[in-house]
Amino acid sequence: MLENAFEFVMATPLLLALIKILIIFGVLSGIVAYLVYMERKVLAFMQARLGPMRVGPWGLLQPVADGLKLLLKEDIIPAGADEWLFLLAPAISVFAAFTVFAVIPFAGNFYVTDINIGLLFILAISSLGIYGIILGGWASNSHYPLLGALRSSAQLVSYEVAGGMALVGVLLLSGSLSMVDIVERQSGAGVWYVFLQPVAFLIYVIAAVAETNRNPFDLPEAESELTAGFHTEYSGFRFALYFMAEYTNMVVVSCIAVTLFLGGWLRPFASVSALDFLKFAPIVAFLGAAIFIVWLGLKSLVTLERYFFVVLAAACVGLAVLVAYPAILNAIQGVFWFSAKVLVFLYAFIWYRATFPRYRYDQLMSIGWRVMIPLALANLIVTAVLRYFWLAHHAATAVAVLGRQ
Amino acid sequence: MAELVTFIILGLLALVSALMVITRHNAVHSAIWLVITLFAVGGIFLLQHAEFLFAVQVILYVGGITVLFLFVVMLVDIDVQLKQARFARQWQLALVTAFLVVAQLGYALYNHGLGLNLPSRPMVPAPAQNTQAVGMALYQNYMLPVEIASILLLVAMVGAVIMAKRKLQ
Repeated sequence: MLENAFEFVMATPLLLALIKILIIFGVLSGIVAYLVYMERKVLAFMQARLGPMRVGPWGLLQPVADGLKLLLKEDIIPAGADEWLFLLAPAISVFAAFTVFAVIPFAGNFYVTDINIGLLFILAISSLGIYGIILGGWASNSHYPLLGALRSSAQLVSYEVAGGMALVGVLLLSGSLSMVDIVERQSGAGVWYVFLQPVAFLIYVIAAVAETNRNPFDLPEAESELTAGFHTEYSGFRFALYFMAEYTNMVVVSCIAVTLFLGGWLRPFASVSALDFLKFAPIVAFLGAAIFIVWLGLKSLVTLERYFFVVLAAACVGLAVLVAYPAILNAIQGVFWFSAKVLVFLYAFIWYRATFPRYRYDQLMSIGWRVMIPLALANLIVTAVLRYFWLAHHAATAVAVLGRQ
Repeated sequence: MAELVTFIILGLLALVSALMVITRHNAVHSAIWLVITLFAVGGIFLLQHAEFLFAVQVILYVGGITVLFLFVVMLVDIDVQLKQARFARQWQLALVTAFLVVAQLGYALYNHGLGLNLPSRPMVPAPAQNTQAVGMALYQNYMLPVEIASILLLVAMVGAVIMAKRKLQ
């Protein structure tokens, strides 16, 4: 019975894709909710505070409480707003943020689809997100949102150019737009592209921070000047949608950076067999989490919370035992390393916010146009020339590459 | 069959939204309908197995150019604009012209014989080589026209910058 169902799913591509989409959507929504929690906690620790502590042990249920509150709040549409566009705008933002995951390879064996224009598809869909911001700001019929939207669109258009051009450097090396191919070429070359394209990586990371409207480039919602920027007039669930889109976009740009520059689902030094013991890292990670949770529990003074932490630690140990099975261990390798790298990026996003002061608007524009774009162009030209000579040098390889075209 | 149905839906969407673009009083609404038109046309590209064209259509026209349109349009005072009369006063003449063009096209398509030899199936390169095929065509077969076009664009850009700077001084 179970086997029949499994075979049926595998034989029906659309159903399989649908299941994958549901899994990705569900997991991502959870991640995004807890990303907010993580941000508040990390920021708090960096500022010698505790962060959310009231809802649940160590504030662990805070995202649930926030979500419920936003769902139950009244959805206010300001008088004089352009109603249709006002309602539509947040949906566009969320749509653009989530659709991108269709082509992101979380592992060599787990992605919704692999299309031959993968990276272009991502750029195309994520460039739609700007409509959510610009229309939301305009439809509110209010001054702060309009200014925020104008700032935001100028910023996004400027940094899209630099970020896009940085990605072309990687494309020159990979010779393919398919996200799966790009990772496999890195595996074949035995080196992550971050080591071959360090300048492009730096430019992309900066552009990614700017495109997600995060500190130090969060001028579209600079609260001291613009209240909240483009979403000032939004409340309740529509505000939550914008919030979700912003944090999903953080995950998106992290996923792109990891796939293109950091070898996607490959483990560090995938070509060095002496480091094969790294494949046990998932077990160590879950055990480490269990120990950390026990340590947290010991500091807690409330008995109920102690029980909670014991249960959580037991769950982590259970997961560690589960992934210790060789079949499962091999199956989750890709997803584990991919998530680990993405997590580093997300942590860095929060770190920037705690570290850097906000740029002035003219500084933002001058960095974008006077530094980043020329630098990206120079990187592109140097890469192209080096690539040409490298191909000419390896004549046999060149014939193979050109022959393929 | 599914292909035909998709084409009809996308084609209708493109036509209707294009009509909306030119009939809306509110310029922001026009821009939104324009986005839908561009998307529908992109979908038709996709139907013709031109994935690269679809992506470029969305990135450049939807993600770039229309955003710049909106950027400018948003600075216009919509309330004033809504009360203004439309400047197109020649709609009768336009209607006649449009009707003539449609009649002509219909006649040609109906008779098939006016040098209109439509290939029965589009030439489809292997999916993985679509982008490469576009690159090869642009930078090998049509190298000179591409370069001339880019120089033209560069001249236009430099000209725009110079004109803007002169006003400042």
